[in-house]
Parts: sequence; structure tokens; C-alpha cells
Amino acid sequence: MDLYAENILDHYRHPRGKTSLENPTIEHKEKNPSCGDELTVQLIINNGKVEQIGWSGEGCAISQAGMSMISEELIGKKLEEIDQLEPKFMHDLLGVPVGPRRIKCALLALHTVKNAVRKGGGEKERSWTEMLS
Amino acid sequence: MDINSIRRQFPLLQPNLIYLDNAATTQKPQVVLDAMDQFYKTSNANINRGVHKLAEAATLAYDDARKVVQKFINAQKSHEVIFTRNTTESINLVAKTYGRSILKKDDVIVLTILEHHSNIVPWLQLKDELGVRIEWVDINNDGMIDLDQYKKILADHPVKLVSVSAVSNVLGIRSPIETMIELAHTKGAVIMIDAAQMALHERMDVQKLDCDFLAFSSHKMYGPTGIGVLYGKENLLEKMPPFLGGGDMIGEVTTNHFTTAELPRKFEAGTPAIAEAVGLRTAMEWIEQIGFDEIQKHEQSLLTHILDILQRATVKPVTILGALNPFQKVSCISFTLDGIHPHDLTQLLSQEGVMLRAGHHCTQPLHKRLGVLASSRLSVGVYNSAEELDQFAKLFEESIHQLDGSHSAARSA
Ligand SMILES: Cc1ncc(COP(=O)(O)O)c(C=O)c1O
Repeated sequence: MDLYAENILDHYRHPRGKTSLENPTIEHKEKNPSCGDELTVQLIINNGKVEQIGWSGEGCAISQAGMSMISEELIGKKLEEIDQLEPKFMHDLLGVPVGPRRIKCALLALHTVKNAVRKGGGEKERSWTEMLS
Repeated sequence: MDINSIRRQFPLLQPNLIYLDNAATTQKPQVVLDAMDQFYKTSNANINRGVHKLAEAATLAYDDARKVVQKFINAQKSHEVIFTRNTTESINLVAKTYGRSILKKDDVIVLTILEHHSNIVPWLQLKDELGVRIEWVDINNDGMIDLDQYKKILADHPVKLVSVSAVSNVLGIRSPIETMIELAHTKGAVIMIDAAQMALHERMDVQKLDCDFLAFSSHKMYGPTGIGVLYGKENLLEKMPPFLGGGDMIGEVTTNHFTTAELPRKFEAGTPAIAEAVGLRTAMEWIEQIGFDEIQKHEQSLLTHILDILQRATVKPVTILGALNPFQKVSCISFTLDGIHPHDLTQLLSQEGVMLRAGHHCTQPLHKRLGVLASSRLSVGVYNSAEELDQFAKLFEESIHQLDGSHSAARSA
């Protein structure tokens, strides 16, 4: 199947949740160092759960569509749950085979969200190497 | 020049594969592959370390390769040609031997904002190590090196070394190295030329240029990976300390002392890339057979054609980095598209068999200067054809339609 499947391009052209929140509980930014893609995620947390999500970013279709997709999945999720999400979660969301050169594009959204949650909980953020291993 | 007969010599170039990433590395003609194969099948042995017949054949093959390189760049002496692994290692060699032993705190090194990371990081390392200072020469809006600023830096600072690329690997523009060399010498500074992107497009005549050091990679000029060249003037190489220590670079070794071998072995510790030297030599002879005049004529027509294609593109305006005049471009064209990330474009093109490069091309300071995160780069070689560029043009428009979502709209209109 094609990396640029219609659902991915649809999220890229019409990103969901790409708004700026007034008073986010947590805000966090990550980059894909190999190509400069950037994502900033904002979360409003209530009772240990994600109540609202907003984000901004710049980059390729895969990283931006990934963020759009994951933003639809996170509402209502517990922070511990998010911290435990595996790369497989992101791959399943995208639903297309991602080659080794684009793996960081595909996982940038998950990486940003997970580190946002860790930062919010006062825990050490994870490096790309930890994320990928 | 018969493009078809040239193409047929490259086994990798199949009809459905359009290779336009020559600035990263070129493909290899069959003669180069054969020469290396033949070396392993008939002459393989270690060099300089034995008197048996095979060792002699291998040593001769290696020394002959050096002489061909000498002739190719018109060096006065063959021992002014040092084999390294690549351009990066050649530049590091100069930084870590000449730089470390001769430069002092507060001496100034001049670089341009165009440089590849290979011609930046070794000097930044010296800055951290010795406290030398780096002055940067800017470019103008056309991507040309600002010579007035260069002159001013030379006049105002204790400049001891200049290192500049002959051709930008992003803008594809030839630098005014002749003038820069002359000006550096007036000031008593030594100057190193990063010729990685020059070697496959233009004759490098080190005596005519009068540069002090010049570096290039075999793999970017139709030769194998794993071997590169550092040219250095004899008197400078003589006064530099050795680079790596080990076998082949020594004169005598005792338990507490060593002396170094004479040039060029002083800088070639350990078993070198012998078969690759044979491959590089063959690539140079192959280039000579075609001739740089023919190569340039052909590549110039390709660059004119691709600039025309990109400037006329109707799907989306293309922003070309650096001068638009094709005669100022000698190797490649980099561009950006509003709202389309270079990785998406090049990945879609690659699915259709067209190979371009996307990213910052190891020139983050230049991309920052130009205010872009990343760009797409199309770089030509001697085997590319106008038909390939036309095919690129068609797929380029289709890819943009696909990413933009304007495909169905365009069809129904
Ligand atoms: C201008 C320039 N300098 C240096 C290099 C480094 O060459 P290599 O990777 O072969 O050492 C390159 C190649 O990418 C280049 O284009």
C-alpha cells in the first residue's frame, strides 16, 4: 500500500485539532532532527485525563497527518495510558507501511505527546533513541 | 557526445530509473567496476610490505593510481597527492595536522556560509580546542559569495587560513576561488579548496589555481566509495605532523620513539584502499576520454532545461535557491515549494523511479541563512538526458497534485 494513502493526505490537508488552547496544563515541543519537522502539543488535563488537545506544527505530510490522527484518539485517555503507548499504536493509526527513513516522521506525534505527558508529571523526557528501542 | 552509449556503460541506470542525485554520489561505469574486480582477481596483495610478486603488482597499481591522480589535477609531484577516505577526511587531516600545529589562539580562519558541514565542523573543533576564531563570509541574494566582505575580513583580521568550497552543493554555484586564492595569498594566509562538487564538472588544475590544499571524493566523480584525495603543496605537507599513527607511515620505530615516513606515506597510515585507488584512477581516465568540454556542454544544457521547467511550472510557483541564470549553475538546483515538504515530494517521486535529494544537504547554516528548513535538490551527471528531465517534470506536477489534493479538481475541470 501507498505511504500517501488517501486518509493520510486527508488528515494532512485538513488537520484535526490544529488549534491553539488558551490555558493549557502542559505544552511541549519536539523536533525530528533529521529533517526539521516540528510539533508543539498543548493539553488540558482534568482528573488525570486529557480533556482538550491543541497543536501546531510544520513539516511533512506524514508527521503532520500523524499528529492530526493521534489528537482524535487522546481525548479522555489517562496520562498513564498515554505514557505506555507503543510505536505500534502509531503505526496502526497511520495504517501504511513506513520505511526506515521515515520512521521518525511517523512517530514524531507520539513522541511529542508522550514527552508532554512525562513533562507534565515531572518525569524525565525520553530521547529518540529510547523511543525507538 | 553520445548520451545513449554513455548510459549503457552504467549497469545501474535502467530505463525506469531516473537518477538525479549526483551531488550525493554518482553511479559507476562498468570499466570502474571491472578494474576493481580485475585487481582483486589478478593483483591483490598488501602494498609496501613484501617483495613477493603479488605485493609488487599491488604496490605498482597503487603508485600508478597516484600518478594518474597527479596528472588529472596537474600536481607538480605525485607525493603531493595523499589518498584519504573522502573529502571529509581530507579536510580533517588538514585541520588536525596543519591547524593544530601551526594555528594559535585568536588566529582567524575564514569560511563561507555556503560550506558543507564537512568544511565547518573540523574548524569548529579547532575553535574549541585552540581558541582560533572563525569569520564567516556571507552571500548576496543571488547566492554569490560577497567578495567585498571577504576583502574586508582579510584586511581587518589576523587571517591565517581560508577554506572554501569550489562549488556549492546546494546552490550549484561556482565560487570565485581564483580571486579568493589570490587575495588569501596577498595576506599570507593558506587556502584550502573543498572541490567535492567541482571534481566531476570541471578540470581542477592545482598549479594554475595555486591553492595550498584541495580535497575531493572519488565517489562523487564516477569512482568507488572509500577513497578520496588531499592535494597539498609539498612545502606545507613537509612541515605538518603526521595524522594517524600506525603501519606504513613510519620510518623507524623503537619502544619509545618513532620517525615518520616520507611523503606521501607519512599521511597514509595502515593498509589503504588499494582496489579503490585503481577504481578512482579508472574513473579519471574514463572522464578524460569524454573530456570536460563535452561534459560541461552537456550538463549546461541540462541545467538550462531544468531551470526552464521549474520556472514554468504551473501547478505551484517554485522558489529556486540562488541565482536563476543557468550559466551560474554548474551542478545542481535546489528549490522549495510553498506548503509542500521536500520529503513528501521526493518520496512520491521516488515511488515513480525518480531520485532526488531532500533535506538540508549537510548545510544547516546555509539553510538558516536562506530562511528555509529544507529543500529539494536535483543534481545532474554526465549520463542524464533531457528526456529524463521531461519525465521528471511530468511526475513532479503529478506529485504536487496528489499532495495538494488538486488532482481530482484538475481532472473534473
Ligand atoms: C561541498 C561538499 N563538501 C564535502 C562533502 C563531503 O564529501 P564526503 O562525504 O565524500 O566526505 C560533500 C558531499 O556531500 C560536498 O558536497
